[in-house]
Amino acid sequence: MPRETLDRKLNILQQEMLILSSMVESAVTASVDALKAHDLETAKQIIATDRTINARRFELENDIIITIATVQPVMATDLRLVASILEVVSELERMGDYAKGIAKVALLIGKEPHIKPLIDIPLMAELAVSMLHRSVEAFVNKDEETARRIPAEDDRVDALYNQVYRELVTIMFQKPTSIDQANHLMWVAHNLERLADRVSNICERAIYVATGKLQELSVSDDEYLSAV
Amino acid sequence: MSLSFKIQTANNLEAIDFNPDGVHAIEVKSLNVYYGSFRAVKDVTLGIARQKITAMIGPSGCGKSTVLRSFNRMNDLVAISRTEGEVLFHGKNIYEPDVDPVEVRKRVGMVFQKPNPFPKSIYENVAWGARINGFKGKKSDMDNLVEQSLRRAALWDEVKDKLDQSGLSLSGGQQQRLCIARTIAIVPDIILMDEPCSALDPISTLKIEDLMRELVQDYTIIIVTHNMQQAARVSDYTAFFTLTDNRAGFLMEYGDTTQLFTNPKEQVTEDYITGRFG
Repeated sequence: MPRETLDRKLNILQQEMLILSSMVESAVTASVDALKAHDLETAKQIIATDRTINARRFELENDIIITIATVQPVMATDLRLVASILEVVSELERMGDYAKGIAKVALLIGKEPHIKPLIDIPLMAELAVSMLHRSVEAFVNKDEETARRIPAEDDRVDALYNQVYRELVTIMFQKPTSIDQANHLMWVAHNLERLADRVSNICERAIYVATGKLQELSVSDDEYLSAV
Repeated sequence: MSLSFKIQTANNLEAIDFNPDGVHAIEVKSLNVYYGSFRAVKDVTLGIARQKITAMIGPSGCGKSTVLRSFNRMNDLVAISRTEGEVLFHGKNIYEPDVDPVEVRKRVGMVFQKPNPFPKSIYENVAWGARINGFKGKKSDMDNLVEQSLRRAALWDEVKDKLDQSGLSLSGGQQQRLCIARTIAIVPDIILMDEPCSALDPISTLKIEDLMRELVQDYTIIIVTHNMQQAARVSDYTAFFTLTDNRAGFLMEYGDTTQLFTNPKEQVTEDYITGRFG
C-alpha cells in the first residue's frame, strides 16, 4: 500500500470534514442571529446553504467510498478513522438540518415581535456550537481527554432548554395568542438541545479513533426512567 | 472424537501413546531456531487453538515460515538448522529423539506456496496420501476415499470426469485444492499452509479461503500469509511476528484476529498492518 497516498487521502478527508463542520457551525449561529434580528433574507440564505451542506456531505461520503476502494484503509486506526468520518459527516448533516429548521422558524415568525427576549436560546446556540467545534477538533487531533470532557457540557444546554421550556409554557398559559410563536420557539430550543446531544456522538467517534474503544458517552437517562 | 493415537519412534518401532491435552493443538515453548550461527527465531512461546484458523503475519524475514515449518519438523530438512525449545503436539515434544519426523508430518500436513501435485493422475495424487497413511483397503474403498477427499477439498465436481488426467493439467487454483485433497487423504490433525494463495488469482484465492472455513470444522489450520486482508478474512487468531535489530524473528503480538486488525495492542503491529513498515 502506498502509505504516502493513503496519508494524503486521509488528511484531505479530515480537512473536508472540518470544512463541513465549519459550514454547520456558521449555519447554526447565523440561524439564531437571523431569528433574533428578524432577518428574513439571512434565514432564506441558510435554507439554501443547507442544500450545499447536504451536497458536500454526499461528496465527502463518495470520497470516502472511493478511498476505501482505491487505497484500502482497512486496518486499525486507518479503518477506524474512515468509518468514523462517515459517521461524523452524517451527524453534521443532521445538525445542518437543525439550522435549517431554526431558519424556517425565523421565516414563520417573520417580523412579528418576539413574545419574550431571546437570551437563553442564543446562549444555547453558542454553547452547542462551541461544543461542536471542539469535538471535531478533538476528533482530528485524536484527543481522547477533550472528547471525554465535552459531553458533560450538555448538562448546561439541557438546563437552558428546560428553562426555556418552562418559560414558554408559562407564557402560553398566560397568553394563549402566543401559543403559535411559543411553539415555534420551543422547536428552536429543541433543535439546539438535540444538536448538543449529537456532539456526544462525535466525541464517541473521536475516542474510538484515538483508542479503539466504542462506548456511549451520553448522560444517564435514569431520571426519565425513574419518572415512569 | 478421541485424539489419542500412536507415533512410531525413529529408532525402533515401539509405539508411544500420546494423550490429547487441553485446548491447544500445538503448544510452543521458548522456540529458538538457528540456521548455522544465525538465530532466525527468538524465544517464541504460543499455543495454537484447536479447530481454529491461526494466521501468522509479519515482514519478510521475521521467521513466521520458520516457525510454521517447526510445527512438522520441516526445518530438519535444512542441514544447518538447529531447533531449541519445545513444540508440544498432544503433550509430546515433537523434537524429542524418539519421535519420527515422518510420522509427525503425517499428523501435521502441509500445503505449500506453489501447488506441487505429482506428475501423476488426479486420482493417484490423492490415493498417494492414503497409501502413505498405510491404507490397504479394497479398490472401491480407495475410490471412496479419493472421492471424499476431493469433495472435502471442493474439487470433486470439477474433476470427477477426468480423474485419470494428470494433476498438472489442472489450473493453479485447482492444483492447490488437489494438494489440499492429498493432504486430507493422509488424515492429519493439523494443516499448515505456507502462503497457499500467493500464486493464485483472486477467484481461486477466495475458493481456497472458503475451503479453509469448511475444513476448520474438523482440522486445525495454521496459515502464513503476506496478505493481511486474507489473514483478516479467514483466520480466528493472528500472530504477528517481527524482527529484532539483529534480525531474529520474534512474536510481537498474538490474539483475536478482529481485535488485532481493528485495534492492535502494540504500536509496531499497528505500524505494520497499516503499511508504515514491512
